[in-house]
Amino acid sequence: MTELTLAKALGSGLRRALSDDDKVVLLGEDIGTLGGVFRVTDGLQRDFGKDRVIDTPLAEAGIIGMAVGLAFRGYRPVCEIQFDGFIYPGFDQIVAQVAKLHYRTGGNVRMPLTIRVPYGGGIGAVEHHSESPEAYFAHTAGLRVVTCSTPQDAHSMLREAIASDDPVLFFEPKRRYWTKGEVDEDATGLPMGKARVVTEGTDVTLVTYGPLVATALDAAVAAADDGISIEVIDLRSLSPVDFDTVSASVQKTGRLVITHEASESGGLGAEIAATLTDRCFYYLEAAPVRITGFDVPYPAAKLEDHFLPDLDRILDGVDRALGRVNSLTGWSA
Amino acid sequence: MNTQIVADRELAAASLATMWKIRRFEEAVEDLYGRGLMHGTMHLSIGQEAVPTGACLALNKDDYITSTHRGHGHCIAKGADMERMMAELLAKETGYCRGRGGSMHIADTETGNLGANGIVAGGIPIATGAALSAKMRGTKQVAVSFHGDGAMGEGAWHEGVVLAAMWQLPVVFLCENNLYGMSMSSEKAFNLDQLSDRAKGYGIPGVTVDGNDVQAVYDATKEAVDRARAGGGPTFIEAKTYRWRGHSKSDKNLYRTRDEIDEWRGKDPIPHFEALALAAGGLTQADIDAVRDNVRTELRSAVQRANAAPDATADDLLSAVYAR
Ligand SMILES: Cc1ncc(C[n+]2csc(CCOP(=O)(O)OP(=O)(O)O)c2C)c(N)n1
Ligand SMILES: [Mg+2]
Repeated sequence: MTELTLAKALGSGLRRALSDDDKVVLLGEDIGTLGGVFRVTDGLQRDFGKDRVIDTPLAEAGIIGMAVGLAFRGYRPVCEIQFDGFIYPGFDQIVAQVAKLHYRTGGNVRMPLTIRVPYGGGIGAVEHHSESPEAYFAHTAGLRVVTCSTPQDAHSMLREAIASDDPVLFFEPKRRYWTKGEVDEDATGLPMGKARVVTEGTDVTLVTYGPLVATALDAAVAAADDGISIEVIDLRSLSPVDFDTVSASVQKTGRLVITHEASESGGLGAEIAATLTDRCFYYLEAAPVRITGFDVPYPAAKLEDHFLPDLDRILDGVDRALGRVNSLTGWSA
Repeated sequence: MNTQIVADRELAAASLATMWKIRRFEEAVEDLYGRGLMHGTMHLSIGQEAVPTGACLALNKDDYITSTHRGHGHCIAKGADMERMMAELLAKETGYCRGRGGSMHIADTETGNLGANGIVAGGIPIATGAALSAKMRGTKQVAVSFHGDGAMGEGAWHEGVVLAAMWQLPVVFLCENNLYGMSMSSEKAFNLDQLSDRAKGYGIPGVTVDGNDVQAVYDATKEAVDRARAGGGPTFIEAKTYRWRGHSKSDKNLYRTRDEIDEWRGKDPIPHFEALALAAGGLTQADIDAVRDNVRTELRSAVQRANAAPDATADDLLSAVYAR
């Protein structure tokens, strides 16, 4: 076990993947000489060479399209997209090629590529350096979409994603890059497709992922002071979603709150609320509550705290699910 | 033969003032940022001032530009007000975008500035579209799309230039080749002696000029703009220059040498211009001093007034998503 930041845990995951399988290659802007904007790939080009850790020019469609070509011929490319908002020029390749090749070829062609995307806000940046575009990809059949919240998961899930024969969108919660935690490189943890019950509770199920898991845990602690027992679930996989784990929890608590940074409309929260309403209709004591970013483009850095769900907004969501008075609006459910 | 800028008192003073404004504005931004008074992301163009200065001198007020993440110089050269720019960077209600856009998204439609852009190459097809509108409306307006060397790898660059060439639109693609796209050197990224060699493949004229020389940039832009106004279609210009500062705030310059940076600092476009103006008799030392002093005073008051303006508020965080 070593204590690592989440960013370093990703780096050590990449390092292990590169040494375990010589078909693994890394592609991206500024990942080699510079070691990546967030230093996740620091030292990898020095140790594995320029043929395996490849600095590309600005060309997101090219990077992902090339990864498809490499995957066709037996490689396991890992692409880095520098920031969430720069994935859009590569969107066409991801949605029209990467996601569809396996199905389109009747399962003959595998696309074992991984696309790493630092995402989310909270670092004082702006639009397209702070976005949460995961729902676009979760909406697209054929892609696995995962995200991590701890250094251990960062390490193990990334290695699992790279080893997977499916294309994986790997979303990294960039404001948690500096979070520290113990990492056991040899741990065979929970498979990346499974959600994790991070803390058990009996009154409300609070579902989240990535950057907001830490905030949800804070909410659970704060609510406990009020005598409310929250069960926090870290989804980890956003597509497919491990609905069994979430259902089991909701059947126990009868109340569901979902929180994510991405805007509300058409987001993961909507999908989870709909499916859980379907699956747990007779267990639910109240309508599922979503606490999310607002339906606006990501705002200026100085206003981002008003956009991002925080402890207060999450606790209000919990109150709403419990039919208690909402401190923001004064309404009760 | 174009006007010799350095020999013309008015033009020389105006050009020098523009360069100093850009330099001082960005130094102030760097300082405010360093002191934690400014938020967000910012990219400085210190060292590259001659490019927007020379290029915008060849434009009319109603001509268009599109700009980049490194866009303060383009804004200033096209006539933006430093106070409103500073207010924008400080996230104030009085900023160009009411504090919503920040450094990378200033748009000032009154001076024809269709916006800086956080997406590299995002402005290329936009400039092409503005040029198409000029053609459709039968005006003689021209659009200049500033962009970096790194932008030339993006698909949007290619598509924008293809369309402009096909319809012979009045647009100038002006590449500021500052030798790097973040850490990627343009020498490595392009298999070309000069980036303007690429123009041939698109069937448009291309030229490479010294981007630290106002006159050279002006001459090339003037020729391109005249041609565009006359219906002669697009032009590609490569202006070779250098960014002195890091790519953005946290750059440790791992991809270039101290010597290289020093070498280019020796080619500072501002004293170069001043020396030429003195020699040509366009400006006296007193004129030069006056320009510097005036810019300093103007900038100081811009910063003070911007600082005193009301902060952008969260009250209407949800407004302006739709037209109504
Ligand atoms: C589509 C896209 N990909 C990546 C980035 C991240 N990024 C911002 S600027 C930059 C380098 C741009 O280089 P260049 O076009 O030469 O402009 P310069 O920074 O040198 O002015 C990169 C990689 C971005 N903003 N947009
Ligand atoms: Mg450049």
